[in-house]
Parts: sequence; structure tokens; C-alpha cells
Amino acid sequence: MTYLAKPKFHHPALEVNALGLTHRDYEGAISTLCAGCGHDSISAAIVRACFELSLPPHRVAKLSGIGCSSKTPAYMLGQSHGFNSVHGRMPSVLTGASLANRDILYLGVSGDGDTASIGFGQFAHAMRRGVDMVYIVENNGVYGLTKGQFSATSDKGSKSKKGVDNPDTALDLAALAVQLGASFVARSFSGDKGQLVPLIKAAFEHRGAAFIDVVSPCVSFNNHEGSTKSFDYVREHNLALNALDFISGKPPIEIDSAGGDETITLHDGSAIRLHRLDGEHDRRDKSAALALLERRRARGEVVTGLIYLNDDAINLHQRLNTTQTPLNALSEADLCPGSKALEAINASLR
Amino acid sequence: MPIQAVNDFVIRFANVNGSGSASANLMFARSILRMGTPIAPRNIFPSNIQGLPTWYEVRVSADGRLGARGGTDVMVAMNPQTFDADVASIEPGGYLVYDSSRPIQASRLRDDVVALGVPLTEICAREYADPKQRQLFKNVAYVGALAALLDIEIGVIERLIDEQFKGKARLVEPNLRALRLGYDDAKARFACPLGVRVRRADAVGDRILVDGNSAAGLGAVYGGATVCAWYPITPSTSLVEAFARNCARLRVDRATGEKRYAIVQAEDEIASIGMVVGAGWNGARAFTATSGPGISLMQEFFGLAYFAEIPAVVFDVQRGGPSTGMPTRTQQSDVLACAFASHGDTKHVLLFPDGPGEAFEFGALAFDFAERLQTPVFVMLDLDIGMNAHLSEPFRWDDKRKFDRGKVMSFADLERGREFGRYLDVDGDGIPWRTIPGAHPTRGAYFTRGSSRDRYARYTEEGGPYVDNMERLNRKFDTARSLLPRPRLRKARRPTRAGVIHYGSTAASMDEALDLLADENTHVDALRIRAFPFGPEVGEFIAAHERVFVVEQNRDAQLRTLLMTDLGVDAAQLVPILHYDGTPITARFIHREIAARTRRVAAPRTEETAA
Repeated sequence: MTYLAKPKFHHPALEVNALGLTHRDYEGAISTLCAGCGHDSISAAIVRACFELSLPPHRVAKLSGIGCSSKTPAYMLGQSHGFNSVHGRMPSVLTGASLANRDILYLGVSGDGDTASIGFGQFAHAMRRGVDMVYIVENNGVYGLTKGQFSATSDKGSKSKKGVDNPDTALDLAALAVQLGASFVARSFSGDKGQLVPLIKAAFEHRGAAFIDVVSPCVSFNNHEGSTKSFDYVREHNLALNALDFISGKPPIEIDSAGGDETITLHDGSAIRLHRLDGEHDRRDKSAALALLERRRARGEVVTGLIYLNDDAINLHQRLNTTQTPLNALSEADLCPGSKALEAINASLR
Repeated sequence: MPIQAVNDFVIRFANVNGSGSASANLMFARSILRMGTPIAPRNIFPSNIQGLPTWYEVRVSADGRLGARGGTDVMVAMNPQTFDADVASIEPGGYLVYDSSRPIQASRLRDDVVALGVPLTEICAREYADPKQRQLFKNVAYVGALAALLDIEIGVIERLIDEQFKGKARLVEPNLRALRLGYDDAKARFACPLGVRVRRADAVGDRILVDGNSAAGLGAVYGGATVCAWYPITPSTSLVEAFARNCARLRVDRATGEKRYAIVQAEDEIASIGMVVGAGWNGARAFTATSGPGISLMQEFFGLAYFAEIPAVVFDVQRGGPSTGMPTRTQQSDVLACAFASHGDTKHVLLFPDGPGEAFEFGALAFDFAERLQTPVFVMLDLDIGMNAHLSEPFRWDDKRKFDRGKVMSFADLERGREFGRYLDVDGDGIPWRTIPGAHPTRGAYFTRGSSRDRYARYTEEGGPYVDNMERLNRKFDTARSLLPRPRLRKARRPTRAGVIHYGSTAASMDEALDLLADENTHVDALRIRAFPFGPEVGEFIAAHERVFVVEQNRDAQLRTLLMTDLGVDAAQLVPILHYDGTPITARFIHREIAARTRRVAAPRTEETAA
């Protein structure tokens, strides 16, 4: 398979954002995933979110691990630097990149194998450190590139395409992210663009570890009857907590609102308007969030929406108190103490 | 006949780990340095926090011999657990200083060793009520006794105590008192000084006493490192601590308290190197420090960094392996693991500092090499360099020096329309240009991956572009040969067909061994390797000698293997001399091993030449 660039021409009447860019300026190469893959819908949602936020593409860096999901950064944001790293190690690479330059927005794309199995430790520690990032797991409950093995998010008792039952308990990455210290935790469904795009936008505006678990059916290995990650299963069992309408400094994106509205102001001044479909959920209450996930899981329901939010969390740069100038922009004069300081050090060692 | 020696002896302290002896021993060592005689102190310690035996050795050498010598002239036996073995290890004619508070059977002493019992426990029990003080001041009291026995100026030690507890008058007085108690007791009890003694001299000059980890950590500060990600492992931890200490002093904005560095203690070594790779990719100078087991864990990332061409600096403070091996003992046994780290065809740049001086120099230079070559660079320290204090030339820095950031395309370059191909070799040195994320709104973005790609960073699994890329990486490796620190040649006084190759912490002992050999009319040319891949001098040196000894501190002659594979040298020409019991290699060992093998080769020839 080769790298397929998309043709550059586009319709002259394409909608433009505040930067004068069109949707096409946020796209990447043509996807090499299977036709109908949920991951491609997520890529499209990311593209849409970045377009609507008018993010300068070159100020975003997209990083991933290994697997189907981790290939997707090539299919979005072609003007952004990308890094397809090592299986399960995107969080550490992204942490290092973030330390080097705090002025770039970091998008980490991972899968359930990449995050819930081989990279579970790195996922946990990136969340607990409060790395300023958008961490998206494209969760299909299966190993696609190696052809259909169960992953750690496959539900107990679900059937593989070969008809084998999964004997092991599934990990709930959203619940874990809440426990691990992520300050923005959401779940969505690849087929629900109306919910997913605002969630991604809100995650980009959040200054801390923002985690989104996106259920993304695998058309080739996990979309059959008996699978709990198939399109049909999720559509039937989805319980939407809320829909988000995101307002940044730019004109708000209107969506049809239903139910009780609430506007949440983020600490950078932007705001999220919450449509509470389930009036019971207080997204700032950590234990309520966990209890809700568990209660609904027991009923076989997939909770989607913004599950937990803490605007006041301290992120990694704040905790380390690093200088406002990105570390990668510091010069000799900033970094090298020089010969006089060295003389004093020599003197102390005699 | 008791040993008679002025400013030339080895003293060893046998202590119990965690008993507070370390600072007293260091004070003793520094007092001799202050009296103008070079010293080489070494810690021999267990993997333990409290309770197991530990030794501290000081070689006092008027001639500036700073390698481990072997043997002990004066034993300060403060550990009942190891007493018998300690007594047995003293050179004939040597001296034993011990705590005589409880009687020791005469059968446990030796006729050929002068036994000097000082009732240290008794003295301290009499003077101090607090059990902790009794223990701590026992250490200071034996330093006092040694001052009397070895003729060390007590005023020098008093000044050191003053400096050490500057501003804490409460601590100064009882320390001075303990020192004096030991001193007076020994003076009254024995005919001082002994045959072994210290005399004021002027042989230290402006040299400094520092351990290699402190030096390397400081080098990283001077080299402009801003991101450090690490995981604690002996014997590398103090390197990161040194970086942190110096950054806290030298890299914090006085007005805002903001830091011009970031240090993250990662969850493991894999995450450490992942962060370093991420930061290096994003244009910051980043490093990690680790030891053998950490190197093993980092393997996959080394392959990525090699293939995706990302600068990274790794300090490997080597210890005794394999596995947990001897974690507090020294070896040079990670040479091959680092040179060929990872899977597939990979090879890496290694630097071999010989002590703290080069640990500082290479610690800074490594960042230039990593960015110039866009690849991981390994600084190969070992426990002996890293954790022992060595007398070294003072650190120097040229304020005109600029960091070499390598081939990084700027906004202006891209704006001008300069062609960018991430893996395009535009000038034949195998090093492509790179861009840093965020460089330009519409030009220079590329996708970094560990998968095969063409010159413009486009994914491909075709054979042609893959081979093209691998060949370019080889060209880049050849470029490194001329860029890295050159080996150091020490020519023998007479022409000889015998040569020796060595590296790293072997240097000090090697210098002494070569002198010992020369005194016996065995002449050997020596080449100290300072980097891999090897420069042309290395092959020329081997070709110019009939037999070349390769002296290493590992079992499997790892550098010898590297010489064979990198230069295609005939195995028979390279004679391994290996020392790997975990103790630092000694001049005596090198001398003995080379002498035994050269009598038939070099010696007759040099005699002919002499005639």
C-alpha cells in the first residue's frame, strides 16, 4: 500500500472558517482502512472539530501508537506534524513532545489494544500527570491489523468472528480515566457525529488531560451478531448522558437543544453548554460519574457524553512550573550558565 | 619490617552500611588532598541501605597514580562482621587500626601486621549519652586517631569540619571534640607518626575532586538539555540528581520562579526513553540516564529513534550484569547492547569518557552529536567513573561556544521555498534536514514513523526506497566517524610491535601499568578509544602492530568484537585481556597480564632495539 495524497482541488463555494481555511485544509491522505470503518468517521469528526475551532493546523501535533487506529493520524490534518510511534507508547512520546513545546496542541490517537493492553501503564501515567492533551481511543474491542483477536475492552461473553466466547472481564477506559486523574472524560460513538464533534472541540479547549473513549465498530472483525461493539449493538444500547454545544471565543455553533440547558465556563473563558438528557448526572462529581457508569454497565447500557470535568486541575507544565517560552525555543544564553559559574563550581570541589 | 611510605599508600576503611561513616571517610580523604597530595578514593558498597558491609578505599599517591592499585597498606577495621577477612587482606608489613574497646584474641591478629587498637566505643560512650551520637562520633574519632598516626595536620581537618557545617555552630563543636578525642588518644597510646605517613606537598594544583555522575549531569546543563525523563536505577540516579541540583541553582528565573528545564520521573525506562524521543522530535535537547537493565527495556525505542532519525542522549552508567547481576559493582559490559540496541539492522553512536573530566565534556557534546546526526547517542559511563570521586582537571567552558543544532529548517528557509524532503540527502553526508512541529503554516510538515518510507517521508514497502534509506543511514554513520572525539595515542618510549587498546575507566590504571611495563623494558603503544563508530586512526593503529591487547572490564571482550565487526580486523591479532569481577581494574592486573604475554613478543625486540 502506498501513501495516497488527496487531490488538491475543491469546490469554490466551500465554507471557510475564521482563518479563511476550508474543511479541505484540515484533511490528510486517503484512508487505507476498510471501507465503512468507524475510525474514518472519528477522523472526520476530528477534522470537523479542528475546522470549526479554526485551529491553525501547524499548531497541532498528532501522535499515535501502533494499530488500525494509530494509522489514522495520516488521514487527517495534513499540515500538522505527525508521529506514528511505538505500540502502546504514544503517551510517553506525547508527554516528551509536550514538555518540549507547551504552545502546540497535542492530539493522541490510540486504540483499545494500544491503550488498554500494551500501553495501559503509559495511559494511566499520562492521565495522572495531567499531560495537556486530547487522548482519543478508537475502541473497537478487537485487534484488527492482526485479524480479530480479543482486546482488553472486549466484553466478557462477547463472541469473536470465529465464534469463540471472550472469557475475560472488559476494562472500562472511561471509568479508569476518571479514577486515574484525567480532568476531562467523555465517551462517544463513531457514528454519532452530532455528539462527537462538540466533545472533541471541548477536549481541545480543555487545558489538561482530556480523554475520549470512542466506541468504533470494526466492520471486518467485530460487527457481527454476538459482538458488543457492533453498530447495531451500540445503537440499541446507547445511553446518551448529554449533548454538548461548544462555544469558544468565536461564534457559537448552534445545535438543536432539548432538555435542561447549562453553560459551563472553562477557565480559558470558553464555554460548554450542556444538554442534560439524563438530569441525574453531575459531571463534576467523580464518585457520581463512576457510580453511573457502573449502574448503566450492569444494565448493558453504554453511557455517552461528557462524564467528568474538572476545570481547575493542574496540568503537567503548571506543576513543573516550566517557563512560558517553549523549552525548544531557549537559546545558549538561556540554558548555558557559562564559564564564570563553572569557576565557582570548580572552587567548591577543591 | 613495617611499610615505610610517605604520600604513597592505600588505606581502606571497613564499615557497616548506614553507620554514618561515609562523610567521615570523605573528610579524611579531603584532608590529604588539602595537604597537597593526589588521592583516588573508591567506595565498595553493597546493594543495601543499612547493615551490610561496605568499604571505602583511599589511594594516596604523590605521583598522581589514580587508578585502583590493589592491596591495602592501612586497614581501618570498623566492621566486626568482616574483621577477619579485612585483617587477612592487609599487605605484609601493613597496619591495622581497630576498635579495642572489647578485647580481640591475639590469634585474630597477624605477626606481620602492626596492630593499633584504639578504644573508640569506650571513648564515645564516655563522652556522649545519645546512642546515635556515640555511633556518629566514633567515625569522627577514628579520623582524629588517623590524623595522629599518619601525621595529617589536624588544623586542616578542623577547617573541613567548619566548612561542612557552615552556619550550624551546634554541630561544629561536638565534631571538633570527637576529632580531638581520637587524636589525643592515639598520640598518648602510640609512637606517632607511623612509617606510613602524609607530608605536606604541592602536587594537586588546581585539580578538583568530583564523581563522574555529577560531572555528566553538569555537562547536560552546559550542553543545553531541557528535558530529562528517567527512572531510578543504581548507579545512574545521582547523575539525574546532579542535573536537577544544578538546574535548580542555575536555570530558575529569579523573578518568576519559572524553570528553564523539565524533569519527569517516569513510570519505567520505556516511558523515560519515550519522553526523550518525543522531546527530541519536538526540538528540545533531551536525555535519560540509566544502567544495563534500563537499556534492555528501551530497545524498541532505540530502533525507532535510529530509523526515524530522532536525536536522543542516553547516559548508561554500567554496572555488573547480566540481569540484576552485581548492581553496585562496576563493569564495561553494555558495550554491545548499546552499539547494536534494538531489532533489525541498527547501530548507534557511543562515547567513552575516561573519568569526570570527559564525562562533563562528552555530557555536553553528546547533545551536539545527537542533533547533528539526528540519532541516539550513548555516553558510556560506569559505576567506577560515575559514583567514585576522582581527582580531575577543573571543568572548562568556552563562552563563545554555540550549540550545534544540526540541520533544522527554519520558518525562513521554508518561506523562501527551500526544498524539504525529510529523508533527502542533499549534500552527501547522509544527514537529511528536519523540521520542528509548528515551524511553518503550510510547508515542512511531515509524518514521522518507524515504518519504511521514501525520501519525502511517504510510506512505502517497496524494496528500492527501503534499501536507499538504509544505505543513507550507513553513510550517515560513516559521517559520524570523522565527527566524534578522536582516540588518544600514547606512544611507547621505544618502537614496538605490541599495542594495547582500552577505553573508559581503564585509563588511569593503564597509564600506570604502561609505566610499570616500561620500567621492565616492555614497551607497548596504547590507544584509548573515545567513540564508536571508530575513526580511521583505530584501524591504522591495529595495522601498525603485530599484536594488540584489548583491555576491557567485561567477560566477553565486547569492544574487541566491535573492532572486528566494524573494521574487519583478524581475530587472532586482537588479544583480549579481561577483568570483570566487579572491582575496578588495577594497574597490577594489567601489568601482570600484559607482561605474561609480551615476554615472547615485544620484550626481545625492544632489547634488540635498545642494543
